[in-house]
Amino acid sequence: MVYSAEKLSEEKVFKDPVHRYVHVRDKVIWDLIGTKEFQRLRRIKQLGTTFLTFHGAEHSRFNHSLGVYEIVRRIIDDVFAGRPEWNDSDRLLTLCSALLHDLGHGPFSHSFEKVFQLDHEDFTRAIILGDTEVNKVLTKVSPDFPAKVAEVIAKTSEKKLVVSLISSQIDADRMDYLQRDAYFTGVSYGQFDMERILRVMRPREDQVVIKQSGMHAVEDYIMSRYQMYWQVYFHPVSRSAEVILSRILHRAKDLFNEGYLFKYPPHHFFSFFKEKVDVEDYLKLDEAVIVYYFQIWQEESDFILSDLCSRFINRNLFKFVEFDPAKEYKKLGELTSLFKKAGIDPEYYLVVDSSSDLPYDFYRPGEEEERLPIHLLMKNGELRELSRESEIVDAISGKRRTDHKLYFPADLIHDETNKKNMKKQIKTLLEI
Amino acid sequence: MLNDHAKLMNAILVSGEIVGRKRLQKMIFIAKKLSFSFQEKFQFHFYGPYSEELTLRVEELCNMGFLDEIREKKGGYYQYRYTLTEPGKEFLSLNKIEMPFLQDCLQDMNTKNARFLELVSTVLYFDNLPKSEVVNKVFTLKSSQHYIEEEINEAYLYIESIKEKAKLQ
Repeated sequence: MVYSAEKLSEEKVFKDPVHRYVHVRDKVIWDLIGTKEFQRLRRIKQLGTTFLTFHGAEHSRFNHSLGVYEIVRRIIDDVFAGRPEWNDSDRLLTLCSALLHDLGHGPFSHSFEKVFQLDHEDFTRAIILGDTEVNKVLTKVSPDFPAKVAEVIAKTSEKKLVVSLISSQIDADRMDYLQRDAYFTGVSYGQFDMERILRVMRPREDQVVIKQSGMHAVEDYIMSRYQMYWQVYFHPVSRSAEVILSRILHRAKDLFNEGYLFKYPPHHFFSFFKEKVDVEDYLKLDEAVIVYYFQIWQEESDFILSDLCSRFINRNLFKFVEFDPAKEYKKLGELTSLFKKAGIDPEYYLVVDSSSDLPYDFYRPGEEEERLPIHLLMKNGELRELSRESEIVDAISGKRRTDHKLYFPADLIHDETNKKNMKKQIKTLLEI
Repeated sequence: MLNDHAKLMNAILVSGEIVGRKRLQKMIFIAKKLSFSFQEKFQFHFYGPYSEELTLRVEELCNMGFLDEIREKKGGYYQYRYTLTEPGKEFLSLNKIEMPFLQDCLQDMNTKNARFLELVSTVLYFDNLPKSEVVNKVFTLKSSQHYIEEEINEAYLYIESIKEKAKLQ
């Protein structure tokens, strides 16, 4: 039997708290799960620093990747199979792409990518196409199969229906992370009737559409997405941890560039500091390694680096106040100057964080061809954009809600053993 | 501080005005590919390179009152016109952005139509591929736009000329 069609002698199942079971029958999928690059995802948390706010949020990209695979498997095996618009020869391509879609995520990837100017999508592609175990498994299917999988994940494949299952405004990726993040954070917002949504999904030539009768289930999905953003993903305390994390990485990089001699040389970071990172270096750096360095950097002689690491490790986070850039940007200039005079480097200790700095997106109806909206399949066969039919979706998708916060170390400002006068002025400006 | 917002405001200021969200997306993407240090992350979507971060940052700037957005009905859809407001100019005067040659590049792009900018940004998105593969990508991924080979050649020539304007060559 050809490898692409080979089945395991017995179905394997993974117990899963969100989908109950993840079912694996295809040998290719089983082999991919066993590769070291996929196993590495166990050591990358799905929600980065959110565990410092919601202590249950320790789940990994490994859990999520299996979840996305399982949702896609259910869609194509239980709903699409046999429908004329669905080409069953795309089944394995779709499953592999779903399983591997987050393969290139690095440790605490959002901050990490910003500081080191990296893109996890580039690494996903590099891992799939490079000299890796994942590549060997995919190449056994066919020599051009790795490139096909990489193109689906990069959304540059001509198979738009396959792409839309994994990446669109109602895709398996979002359906898994909303439910999984809700489960592990313990909040009740991320609930929606996924079974119902899967049942009303219909394949079209270039996208998945939703039967009109499923509109209310989709409304629930959009609402839970909206609530999860504001209640979990944009949580100000998680953002504080993220701000500190990114300042640590900046500080370490700046020190390296200045020729600072680290007490414990951060070998794992050298290629990142030099911005010349290959796949091998990239795969060696996971969250366990990063936290190890943060632990030992507490002993560095550089006060800023050791202080920031201690804050991260011991969860002594920055406090915040609401910040309106339009009305308060002059105040920000004054604060910057006062921080300098008080001996608190504003580059690391006074940070504006905006909602646009966060990696999550809202539902958008796709005006002026920005991005593909969710389409409802009406009884007469016509397609209608969701927010034109649903008042609930219309109410939240067109409204702009943005948010800016100003983060600072309250303990250093309240410490009046030195620069008392400056700190008093800072407190007055911050209204703390 | 708010440096990424300031860069975007500067781009709109030096362009005079930018009409159309798609045009704005493509102009910033092309500028980024020309090595101007915009931080917004782009991914390939149905209509070419698109940045959700850029969309959200523009919304933030409108909310702050630094950007003026005028919604105009055009045919069957709405079009958006962006200019910098007086408070936006004042903010920018206190947060100076140094991007030499950006003005020349953006003003040049602003004379092109959005369809052409869409093609140029798609070609640039695949700049790691040989031309024959890029042509193939344009024909398959952008089939609804019905680009012809001459237009793709024109896009390549344009990329060379704009690189010169950005002093990349």
